[in-house]
Amino acid sequence: MAIIRDMIPAFELFQPTTVEDALALMAEHGEGGWVLAGGLDSYDWFKDRIKRPEAVIDLGGIDELKGIIDGQDGLEIGAMTTLTEIVRHERVRSEYILLADAAEHVATPQIRNQGTLGGNISQDTRCWYYRSGWACYRAGGNTCYAAAPQAMNREHAITGTSRCVAVNPSDTAPALVALDAKMTVRGRRSSNVYDAEDFFIGPATDITRMTVLEPGDLLTQIDIPSEWANAHFYYEKVRDRGSWDFQLVSVAAAFKTSGNTIDDARIAVNGVAPFPVRLDAVERLVKGAAVDEALAIEAGEIAIQGSRPLKHNEYKQPMMSNLVRRAVRSVA
Amino acid sequence: MGRWLDFESNPWGQEVLQGVSLELMYLAIGLAVLFVVGHLVWYRSRGFSEHEKTADIQGSVAGIPERIVRHTLPSRIFHWTMGASMLVLLITAFVPLLGLEFAWVTIHWIAGAVLILTIIYHVIHSILWQDFWSMMSFNVREAIGHFRHLLSSKSTEPEKPGKYPFDHRMYHQGIVVVSLAAIVTGVLMTLRIKTPFWEPNAYYPLVDQAISGLNELGEPAITVLPGEATGFVFVIHGIAGVALIVMVAAHIYFAIRPDKRYYLWGMIRGWIDRKQYLAHFDPDKWSVVDGTIQESPPGGAIADSTVSAPRVDD
Repeated sequence: MAIIRDMIPAFELFQPTTVEDALALMAEHGEGGWVLAGGLDSYDWFKDRIKRPEAVIDLGGIDELKGIIDGQDGLEIGAMTTLTEIVRHERVRSEYILLADAAEHVATPQIRNQGTLGGNISQDTRCWYYRSGWACYRAGGNTCYAAAPQAMNREHAITGTSRCVAVNPSDTAPALVALDAKMTVRGRRSSNVYDAEDFFIGPATDITRMTVLEPGDLLTQIDIPSEWANAHFYYEKVRDRGSWDFQLVSVAAAFKTSGNTIDDARIAVNGVAPFPVRLDAVERLVKGAAVDEALAIEAGEIAIQGSRPLKHNEYKQPMMSNLVRRAVRSVA
Repeated sequence: MGRWLDFESNPWGQEVLQGVSLELMYLAIGLAVLFVVGHLVWYRSRGFSEHEKTADIQGSVAGIPERIVRHTLPSRIFHWTMGASMLVLLITAFVPLLGLEFAWVTIHWIAGAVLILTIIYHVIHSILWQDFWSMMSFNVREAIGHFRHLLSSKSTEPEKPGKYPFDHRMYHQGIVVVSLAAIVTGVLMTLRIKTPFWEPNAYYPLVDQAISGLNELGEPAITVLPGEATGFVFVIHGIAGVALIVMVAAHIYFAIRPDKRYYLWGMIRGWIDRKQYLAHFDPDKWSVVDGTIQESPPGGAIADSTVSAPRVDD
């Protein structure tokens, strides 16, 4: 089994100072290259010796990827902006507290000092079968060991699965979906902007990736449009250990309200699927509705429709239902 | 072998067979292109196109209708449903690997289920309502004659066939073997994914046992690594899949060739005309009177429609 060792295998380290240089290095090394942001996901892989890149391209020296600026329509956040900067940023806290809340729920202060927003949303799943070096579907093999009847799958997915049942581990991802964030992805010859909910992909589309990022692609910027600024927000993360843990289930919701009535809503949950799940059916239910307990209960019930638990994670259904119920109830 | 088969390491560093490599798909695509181009060149070099134009139309037209039923409506519905499901299976299997990503798994297994249902229908239909052995027959002399003719322009031209020419029957036999391999392994693979019919199970105890066998002590006779049986299933499915790329490409190529297009029209409209019938088929092996189809003589035609009294021929 995988054992975390003190020494990681040798690799060639590159520290570019511009995005262009980073892209050139990524193109040069192809699948043998590894893009390093905060390193909190990467070094686990390296120490476990499951990933052995030939070259590591450290983005830490690229200033243009850092910081938060006021854009023409909302905020423009560099992918290498640390989670602590996001938590402390004045405008994020005043207009987009949902994102600050989510970022503040990531791990520990030390990790938030080092971890970046781009890294947090691009990190790989924590499924231990996958992380331990099993040749599962996600690792290029032909079996999901976590979906087997004998598997330990308490933390795994209850919806959105397709052969692989791993969950997306990011705390900030559902908040970005709820805020309708836009992700700028640059390659050597192209630049594309993705809606946050399209940035994350499920195993039905590509079982080896969690995002649209392919070798040679670099997430450079996350834009938070002003449309949802100062909305009514709700974020909640349930985890085994309050001080430091990945979510079991989390919910991020943004509501535009008139008094007790929800005019518009975007609700996303994470920890239940291989990607943050936007709850379209719940959004349709609550739009135009006056919030009361009955609505909140119905929203919670609709949220889990179609979900199917594995052997050890049935608890996620009521947990997800309750979190959605609480999110809707928070408007009242 | 490593070039065509895909192995991955398990946590103990053992290399475990996973399936076929992506390169096999590119090889199959290359072979399909090579076959089509090669056949075009070969066909032209042998002067078959001229030959087709001057195909000898012999025999009396007495009693032979203007339109001869070749495929009944149920046969055509089967063919096109099966063809559509096969195309969907190939597209959903290989297009994502070529870079156009979409959620393919559900579409793939549903298309597979449609294929299985059409084949079950076809088997029952062909046994109970058609002349089953006319398509399944194999004659060594006929085979030798065809291969000689393929290899040498000096060899005697094979006799005109009955309803199903030799190459059609051989293609059918090939596609039966390859499709069955794909279907059996595909069903085993589908047991591992979520469907409305069962809970997924990633393990194949029976397949493991079948592959490894048991010795007199009831222990596995051959050591199979955990996941190795799965790898064999994936390999067979993968090989069948890439073989189908070549076979389906060849089938489409022959269907749209101008000199073979009467087969395509026959499969679309259900009939061919008298001229095509007399030019390409032996009335003694596929005898037709007044739009109905006769009982086939031994080793001859298939009865795809109603059977009538013996044809009065000159």
